[in-house]
Amino acid sequence: MTCPRRERGQKKIMSTTVKVTGKSNGASGAPFLRIRNLTKRFGAFTALNDVSLDVMKGEFVCFLGPSGCGKTTLLRAIAGLDPQDEGTIEIAGRDVSRLPPAARDFGIVFQSYALFPNLSVAANVGYGLVNRRKGRSEINARVRELLTLVGLADQETKYPVQLSGGQQQRVALARALATAPGLLLLDEPLSALDARVRLRLRDEIKSLQRRLGVTTIMVTHDQEEALSMADRIVVMNAGLIDQVGTPSDIYRKPESAFVADFVGSMTFFDAEVAGPSQVRLGGIDLSCSDAGGFIKGSAVRIGLRPEEVKVRNIDAATANAIDTRVATLDFLGPFCRAQLHPSGAPGVTILADFSANLMRDLKVEQGQQLTVALPPEALRIFARGAPR
Amino acid sequence: MSATALQQGNSIKARISRDALVIRLGIVALVGFLFVAVALPLWSLLSKSFQNGKGEFIGLANYVQYFSTPTLFHSIFNSLWVAVITTVIVIPLAFLYAYALTRTKMPGKGLFYAVALLPLFAPSLLSAISLIYLFGNQGILKSWLFGGSIYGPIGIVIAQIFYCFPQALIILVAALALADARLYEVADALGTTKPRIFRTVTLPGAKFGLINACFVVFTLVVTDFGIAKVIGGQFNVLATDAYKQVVGQQNFSMGAVVGMILLIPAAIAFTIDRLVQRRQVALLSARAVPLEPKTNPLRDAALIGYVMLIGGLITIVLGTAVWASFITYWPYNLTLSLKNYNFAELDPGAWSPYFNSLKLAILTGIIGTAIVFTGAYLVEKTKLAPAGRAIAHLLAMLPMAVPGLVIGLGYVFFVNAPWNPLNIFYGTLTVLVVNCLAHFYTVAHITALTALKQIDPEFESVSASLKVPIWRTYTRVTVPICLPAVIDIAIYLFVNALTTVSSVIFLYGAQTKVASIAIVHMDEAGFTAGAAAMATMIVLTALSAKLLHVLLDKLVLTRLQAWRRR
Ligand SMILES: Nc1ncnc2c1ncn2[C@@H]1O[C@H](COP(=O)(O)OP(=O)(O)OP(=O)(O)O)[C@@H](O)[C@H]1O
Ligand SMILES: [Mg+2]
Repeated sequence: MTCPRRERGQKKIMSTTVKVTGKSNGASGAPFLRIRNLTKRFGAFTALNDVSLDVMKGEFVCFLGPSGCGKTTLLRAIAGLDPQDEGTIEIAGRDVSRLPPAARDFGIVFQSYALFPNLSVAANVGYGLVNRRKGRSEINARVRELLTLVGLADQETKYPVQLSGGQQQRVALARALATAPGLLLLDEPLSALDARVRLRLRDEIKSLQRRLGVTTIMVTHDQEEALSMADRIVVMNAGLIDQVGTPSDIYRKPESAFVADFVGSMTFFDAEVAGPSQVRLGGIDLSCSDAGGFIKGSAVRIGLRPEEVKVRNIDAATANAIDTRVATLDFLGPFCRAQLHPSGAPGVTILADFSANLMRDLKVEQGQQLTVALPPEALRIFARGAPR
Repeated sequence: MSATALQQGNSIKARISRDALVIRLGIVALVGFLFVAVALPLWSLLSKSFQNGKGEFIGLANYVQYFSTPTLFHSIFNSLWVAVITTVIVIPLAFLYAYALTRTKMPGKGLFYAVALLPLFAPSLLSAISLIYLFGNQGILKSWLFGGSIYGPIGIVIAQIFYCFPQALIILVAALALADARLYEVADALGTTKPRIFRTVTLPGAKFGLINACFVVFTLVVTDFGIAKVIGGQFNVLATDAYKQVVGQQNFSMGAVVGMILLIPAAIAFTIDRLVQRRQVALLSARAVPLEPKTNPLRDAALIGYVMLIGGLITIVLGTAVWASFITYWPYNLTLSLKNYNFAELDPGAWSPYFNSLKLAILTGIIGTAIVFTGAYLVEKTKLAPAGRAIAHLLAMLPMAVPGLVIGLGYVFFVNAPWNPLNIFYGTLTVLVVNCLAHFYTVAHITALTALKQIDPEFESVSASLKVPIWRTYTRVTVPICLPAVIDIAIYLFVNALTTVSSVIFLYGAQTKVASIAIVHMDEAGFTAGAAAMATMIVLTALSAKLLHVLLDKLVLTRLQAWRRR
């Protein structure tokens, strides 16, 4: 495993196309959706800054990022609902940059679902079909097919208010899919639902998407949702794309401190590069698998995920074993999160997650001394500068 | 493959530009309509006030003449004075009534609210006619005035109080109905005395409603024509001056000057009110707990007494005119008869003014609702032509600041202008309908906007993504969802077109005299009983429309709107 080499200053380069094909399909060749140098301003505020992205046919891509980073703006630009100021969008090889939404061939599900309250479930799903000079019976058959697909075959005569949130969500999905669009856009489709329903629908949407093979873009600010559903995740921050990659890439190999911090939790501490695979943290020398191309003496930030801190089976041969004091212990259900203060580096706090199991076996208590190891391959090295 | 894709793309593109085309055409038509119906008449009025009788520009000469004629400019003080007195009396009366309706557990709230709203269904001059029957020269209670005369400021103020009361009440009920129970609980918990809670919680909560009600009443009184005409006697006010100048002396320029002066207090009141309302932050956060009135036997009993007194007075005053219209010969022969409804003997138009009014009201209701609601939809829900939509919205809001008499004057000058190809419409029902619509546009527009703002903003996006034309979503989804508001607008326009006097007084033609004007004429000719009878017809018609609305709401709408029920 290598530590990425990029610095924040190079982010522009990163934001240009990073082509990683979705793992679920071996698609190659021309991307289905091609976005180039997209910029969108609201007055003086730049909501999207020179964004480029490729999405392959059949892929499930998530836009992930904090509130206000421009996810919805990008999605709406793709749909043509709020056209960009600069840049081009191609769908299936056709330049749609200047085309109105209806000429773009996509289905969309909004956070509010925007179901027509005065139309029955069946009429909602068939709304886009009626216009296409199809026969009544053909439309009815298609509506029934879609409702069966989303598991609502027996609800067609109901009105939206008579459905639960999760059911409404599925009707919205069926309506968006009814015209068999090439591209499915979902803007936080699950955020209005309670946690349990959300989990179930995650799987349902994902398996539906797999079955239909429809290219899908979903906006979310829930990292778990993105990690569990997406073929690829596009992490956005302040109008820029920070990183594009598979969920495991994003989690294991974050290319910036921002991504590392936003996806999963991570402790950061300032250190200095002491050698090709050596960093110095206060008075402690730590080995890392790769100093990330930083020259000796550079000031860097080290990131470490709390679950990577090792407690068991530490002996003299274990790398990066350090003595710490357990400053606090927070009970979080299946595990405890500890704040560790290394004896050799005053002022530094390392977060560590201890499973309930481990807590019981080792009888960890607040205030006690504890030797832990920070595995070299778990240390991520970033340029100094606070994550935005 | 690429060829078919291209073809498909082209055909789709063509269909879509039709969507955009329809929207753009709609916005252009809306702006054009409002420009002709609102902006140009006002412009005509403005320019007329700077012209002499021959239409030559003479600068401020008309204004100089106006202000050097004491009989004319004295009316300004008369108008303002009457308006201030009325406002000072009406607001506390209406506030207490609204308080009783919203903050007590008294029984019969719906009934008392309905009774207080009755004057809305009559022309303003109905209360004046009643007062004449009660306290006029032949009045049965004339002795109560101790030799004073009802014809003049006293009569105007009393009649205005009845006319303005429901207008103030609606605003104050809305203001008092919104209250956060938590504020009262906190105040109580801190041991605050009742009067102090009233001063520090209740009043500030209703502050914006109170200010708004003051301005509305003030403007109504300054600009109302009917009451001053019927009961004003020798007491001149701006509204009657404008009428005398234009209809009596055919002095259009001076009429225009009076119109402009009439516009000033209304425009100032409107502007201040807007500025104040803009500072109103959402007093009621989303998490507010609605206030549930508590029982307080003593207070409730007192307020029931008060509400019954006021409600009774309103009923008596409105009822007197109705009753009098069935009296054979007031006050000497009090047997009931339909003699006064034989309009053929009192007015050259016989019953035709009534049917003209009915036609005017129906046309304004139907055409007006279609224009207003579609216009509001274009303004609120489409994204093309932002400048056009902004102008349309501005023009739609403008009539609020313009008194009916002023807009009527503007129409006279605009439609009469020799250069105007539209002058073939002078005196036709078409002009009356457009004029009524322009006069009442703003409230209808705001009602439509409010309803439209409540529906999901993404319907248009969804429909575009499904390639469904926007007008289809408009007719199939938006209008059905907003049906209650659409009907509200239609009824509002219908009732107001039926009862308005001031906006049509200059505009009717020989064939298009409407009922409210026939009332003025019969009253002028001394046929007060005939005037009362015609006013009664209007009240009955307006109330029937409202009743029909309520029934429709209960029976048909609830069924049509089954989708609202869980
Ligand atoms: N119509 C608009 N006018 C002005 N600014 C806007 C407009 N729409 C969005 N913005 C701004 O653009 C930025 C990006 O907005 P966007 O809705 O894309 O955020 P988001 O990433 O979807 O956030 P969230 O997770 O909260 O939905 C925000 O700072 C927002 O304030
Ligand atoms: Mg968003």
